[in-house]
Amino acid sequence: MEPLTWTGSLSGLNYIFTVALILLAVSIVVQIALSFVPSGTTRAIHSDGTMASDSGAQGFVGMITSYLFYAVIALVAVYLVGGVLMGTGAGILGGMSRQMVPVWIALIVTFAVSITYKRKLGLYGKLFDSTVGMIGFALVMFWVFTGIMAGVFDMLTTHDTLSQVSGMKNKLPGTPMRSPDEGEYQWYLLGGDNLARDVFSRLLKGAWVVVQIAPLATLFAFMVGITLGLPAGYYGGRLDTFLSFLANLILAFPVILLFYLLVTPEIVQTGIPNYMAAFLFVFPLIFIGILLNSRYYTQPSFRTPLLIVVLGALGWLYLSLISTKGNIVDAGSYQIPGLPGFLDGFDIDPSILVVFVSVVFVNSPTVFRIVRGLALDIKTRDYVAAAQTRGEGPWYIMLWEILPNARGPLIVDFCLRIGYTTILLGTLGFFGLGLESESPDWGTTINTGRQLIRAYVHPLIPPALALLTLVLGLNLLADGLREESLRD
Amino acid sequence: MGLFILRRLGVMLLTALCLTFIVFWLTNLYPNLEKLAKNQGNFRMSDEDVASFLDDRGYLQPLPVKFGQWLGVMPGWVTEGEDPADTFGRCFLAGTPEEDRPTRCGVLQGDWGFSTVFKNEVGATVLTRLALTGKLMLCVLLLMVPSALIIGVLAGMREGSKLDRSLSTFSIATTATPEYVSGVIFIALLASSKFGVSPWLADMGWIDGKTLFLGSASSAMENATFWNFFLPVLTISLYGMGYIARMTRASMTEVMTAQYIRTARLKGVKFSDIVMKHALRNALIAPFTVIMLQIPWLLNGVVIVETLFSYKGFGWLLVQAAANNDIELLLAVSVISVIVVLVTQLISDIGYVYLNPRIRIS
Repeated sequence: MEPLTWTGSLSGLNYIFTVALILLAVSIVVQIALSFVPSGTTRAIHSDGTMASDSGAQGFVGMITSYLFYAVIALVAVYLVGGVLMGTGAGILGGMSRQMVPVWIALIVTFAVSITYKRKLGLYGKLFDSTVGMIGFALVMFWVFTGIMAGVFDMLTTHDTLSQVSGMKNKLPGTPMRSPDEGEYQWYLLGGDNLARDVFSRLLKGAWVVVQIAPLATLFAFMVGITLGLPAGYYGGRLDTFLSFLANLILAFPVILLFYLLVTPEIVQTGIPNYMAAFLFVFPLIFIGILLNSRYYTQPSFRTPLLIVVLGALGWLYLSLISTKGNIVDAGSYQIPGLPGFLDGFDIDPSILVVFVSVVFVNSPTVFRIVRGLALDIKTRDYVAAAQTRGEGPWYIMLWEILPNARGPLIVDFCLRIGYTTILLGTLGFFGLGLESESPDWGTTINTGRQLIRAYVHPLIPPALALLTLVLGLNLLADGLREESLRD
Repeated sequence: MGLFILRRLGVMLLTALCLTFIVFWLTNLYPNLEKLAKNQGNFRMSDEDVASFLDDRGYLQPLPVKFGQWLGVMPGWVTEGEDPADTFGRCFLAGTPEEDRPTRCGVLQGDWGFSTVFKNEVGATVLTRLALTGKLMLCVLLLMVPSALIIGVLAGMREGSKLDRSLSTFSIATTATPEYVSGVIFIALLASSKFGVSPWLADMGWIDGKTLFLGSASSAMENATFWNFFLPVLTISLYGMGYIARMTRASMTEVMTAQYIRTARLKGVKFSDIVMKHALRNALIAPFTVIMLQIPWLLNGVVIVETLFSYKGFGWLLVQAAANNDIELLLAVSVISVIVVLVTQLISDIGYVYLNPRIRIS
């Protein structure tokens, strides 16, 4: 069988696409150059008293640029739709596009529903008023859908991520398999890596690792940061000095040194990650407990059952999370018993746990500093003084007066921080820390690929671009959210 | 002001002490010591051999005692040999006459210990590596700071213009590209003899060698040229550049909407004069702080880039020390990185006060 080319039978379009791209680049440069020159517009007064003005050279170039931009978008769409219709007939891109059909459908549905109801969806709906925000959201959701579909439902991928196929070692993208089994996908769409595994499938599976860990770790870091940062900012004094010192202490560590100290098999043996997990994961419990208690403590008949149900469920989750095989800490020489096995809902792989814990640990001091700064600023506002005069408790003021008013910057920072966490996970993989070496996540793939970088770049470029687009999407999303939240 | 600096120095000392103690504690956990023993001795040592190896070398003393010895406030350990000449200790080798044996040797005495990986004095090892990284950092700062400031000022000069949009998108894109991604892409595009632009350029006869740039910077340690040193420098600079540029842009837009700029425009001052003479000085106060605080962040980039481009500097040393649990080397490395972090913070605070006359430290 013939190896696939990149665009297959659509390759006639390549010239048009290249020309359009070059023209777009040129017109953007011209547009920027023109913006330095003052524009002279000509005005004409018509006989009926109306006045018209042309938009001048700048407007003309701007028009051309936007048409070229739409043309490029349309051509990309043609490649993708052509791929969906023709499959590998449209080359590697077509084959990938066909594989990703469920993702396209999910994306289109999300956007159609969100744009239809955008006026009723609050800040999320407003995101669809900004182009930058929409592009960012599309990039992020693309990887989220890909991660969930490939990781949970096992769709999209063409081959198993660990199986090695003879003759496919370091093969270029589009290489056909030598002797494919019945019903097996016949090509390695993005080529094979140095262990003859399919790069395309590993890329998609790797998305799940990131999509799973990064938002959750960021959420935990926010819980820790908020629970400690609010009282530090609100009370100030000794508590603030102490907590800020601790935060600065952790921030003074170079991140990579901290990872090298915390994320090693030797440290996992000592059980330190388990202690840290037990400490860090308790913060969501404290946070939600205080949140509900401070709101409803005037209605004990409602509060007490609510707290029992919520904290009971969370407590079970917490204990399941931190205990593995009936023990919270199993350091070999001693054990700390935890939830017995039959009650234990799920076990976390120790290597994932240590990565998760250290990422939360690295992120929470920064969140703490942000929340503390916001609390310091907001506590001088009139509504806080009003609540104090009403006789509200300090925790009520912190969680129900200060926190909702700090949500704008916190949501923006949350998006940025997920991106940063993704970068940190990649860094861990890059140094071969934490996750196993056959894990398909992007950092580890970059790490294994870089030994052969001078000879074969194709196993490296896809995960690098994937990480780049995901983080870029998150940054653009944060930018769009910031713009839209400032607009009110 | 003097009191402020004194207090900051005190906090610095305390932070450095706490931090080194944490590093000391983590590296002295038993599984780590076991790894160290097996690396130093051989991998098939029995548990008893490991214990006696560690005991002889003073690793099994209580943690505070060991930390005190490292600091130089406690007398160093001594292991008595059967023959008095075989006696050796922390501060002297076997065969040293009794009157030449110092009791204390630690950081306070200027002795940073002995590296188990490099079989050399820690102080000398760190200094050579630090000099190499200093060269890298200098180039990075020379490239990063001016370009970031120019991008930020150009973007913030006219908020919302096409130039602003393009430059802002560029800065967002650079902050979204970690060093290990941009480094890999640069090597693939510019420094691979099979892929990217180099084979094409070589066919056209436009470049002498096989590749446009060299993908490994190990030759840059002795003799740095544009050809072998530009890619690592560019890789580190790009990631930090976006952030500084965005901060500069924010500060510039704020200044450009100030009343005195409007007055100047109404008086008919040329736009270029407004930017150069009136706005620029005030707009560069905030970026100064950001640049200083960015320097510790560059350290991460240095570790990644030195690993990727095999440039054997301070970052590479950190990776080697951490991977082999070389305790004393790791402690020296962390002391230096803490000092870098805290000194840059101090400089940024003091510089901010001098640059911005509206702020006074009480």
